[in-house]
Amino acid sequence: MTRQTSRNEAPAGADVATYALGLGDDVLVLAQRLSEWTARAPQLEDDVALLNIALDLVGQARNLLSLAGGRENPGRTEDDLAFWRDETEFRNAQIMELDGGDFGRTIARQFLVSAWHVPLWDGLRASTDPDLAAIAGKAVKEARYHVGYARHWLVRLGDGTPESRRRAQAGLEDVWPYVGELFEPDPVTERLVTAGAAPDPAVIEPVWREAVEAVLAEATLAVPPTVRRPTGGRRGVHTSAFGPLLAQMQHLHRSHPGASW
Amino acid sequence: MDVTTDERDFDRLVSADERVEPRDWMPEGYRRTLIRQIAQHAHSEIIGMQPEGNWIARAPSLRRKAILIAKVQDEAGHGLYLYGAAETLGVERADLLELLHTGRQKYSAAFNYPTPTWADVAAIGWLGDGAAIMNQVPLTRCSYGPYARAMTRVCKEESFHQRQGFEAMAVLCAGTPAQKQMAQDALDRWWWPVLMLFGPSDEASAHSARSMAWGIKRFSNDELRQRFVDATVPQADHLGLRIPDPDLRLEADGHYRFTPVDWNEFADAISGNGPCSRERIAHRVDAHEDGAWVRAAAQAYADKHGDRAARGAAA
Repeated sequence: MTRQTSRNEAPAGADVATYALGLGDDVLVLAQRLSEWTARAPQLEDDVALLNIALDLVGQARNLLSLAGGRENPGRTEDDLAFWRDETEFRNAQIMELDGGDFGRTIARQFLVSAWHVPLWDGLRASTDPDLAAIAGKAVKEARYHVGYARHWLVRLGDGTPESRRRAQAGLEDVWPYVGELFEPDPVTERLVTAGAAPDPAVIEPVWREAVEAVLAEATLAVPPTVRRPTGGRRGVHTSAFGPLLAQMQHLHRSHPGASW
Repeated sequence: MDVTTDERDFDRLVSADERVEPRDWMPEGYRRTLIRQIAQHAHSEIIGMQPEGNWIARAPSLRRKAILIAKVQDEAGHGLYLYGAAETLGVERADLLELLHTGRQKYSAAFNYPTPTWADVAAIGWLGDGAAIMNQVPLTRCSYGPYARAMTRVCKEESFHQRQGFEAMAVLCAGTPAQKQMAQDALDRWWWPVLMLFGPSDEASAHSARSMAWGIKRFSNDELRQRFVDATVPQADHLGLRIPDPDLRLEADGHYRFTPVDWNEFADAISGNGPCSRERIAHRVDAHEDGAWVRAAAQAYADKHGDRAARGAAA
């Protein structure tokens, strides 16, 4: 993305915008994937729960994109950012955009991501940036519910029938390679960590790993071996699944430039 | 058991406008009528998720996306309370879904119409939820307690949806010429299906008279339809939209006269020949079948661990 830094803006302000944009794109894209389950969940309770999680994530995305756009000069709105950027300008981690697959893969992805969100938002509550801290304060409560829901199902799928176990393990293996990107160091995050504005990914990773391994053990699922680590989402490199997702999301908005909705 | 005393108690409850509760004796016809009506209502909520859910991914702003997700989530929630209310009458949700999937129970024919544009979502909120409120507010005083209480909650949420739908429509009408046209086209598509939502005319309604006597229904289909038209025409005027009925006119008695609904089309739509009837049921059945392994997993886990997590898992 192009960003103009005004003379008065502290360097941390631009970094906060970049950081918020990445986290905002994460939750926007994941919400888009979750909402694909609308009216096709395994039972009505799950229609309610998956839509509830998607709604929380859209709310977080609106807050984070508004924050990111507001720190730019000239500023951009949440809708400018959601609808008028092209694929290479999106900064979400690739795990968010992967096709949801079956319920096993959707739950495995949701669990791994929400288990990352909990310590991330929890750490971000102490951010020296008051806007990030406020967003994180609300988001951490939501993420605790999300991880609880995903854990509930991962354990039942893993320790359910032979078929559900096979599907849960396969789903986990499909998304597992992509978690590495969530903990990758990058210069923006490093500067924010130094400024006390963001939690250190190196601190979050062991917390995440411990929580994940405990639940996988309970679910009688195997921790997949790490064979490759795709990366690049935070630099605008995306998988082939991402273009169609964006095309669908942006089509109507872009078809009526300048219109209000 | 003294049936005569039971019947007297039941009649007394209904005529005193008190609530019949699940443990009370009730005539078999009353129970069957309620199961049919509540199930049809629950089915309408969950089938109705499809035409609107169709637009979540493409919602034209993040605010509208959030509003639409919340609305569709509410519909799933309404389905849950309504199936729950039906279960108090001694039927299982799984059995009711089976009746829906095999075409033996119906849902509102309006949901068999497509939503080709964003304005259809706005029109469903404005008109569809508006009609639902007209129909359902009287049901909050229905003689059967669990249904009446479920309706109180449902109506609260639907009046919120109706206002949001009207507001979304108002934004389109104040927008570009293309948006305004989109709004008019959606009104043209939805006006008649929404009038059908009130059910057949009084002479043709198979169940109306008995339901009124039992305190399940408070107003006839035609009365409610008239009320809806009277409330909605001024709203369309306010939006600058034209109701697609050349014979619509305001009479001296303050009510609008309108062209009768085409009941042949209604009969077609309700009996599975609506534009999207097959697709709606096929989608619903596919979702149910695709989820079978997940429900089986919950059941197997519950059997192994003796937990309570199987609640609803058999549905």
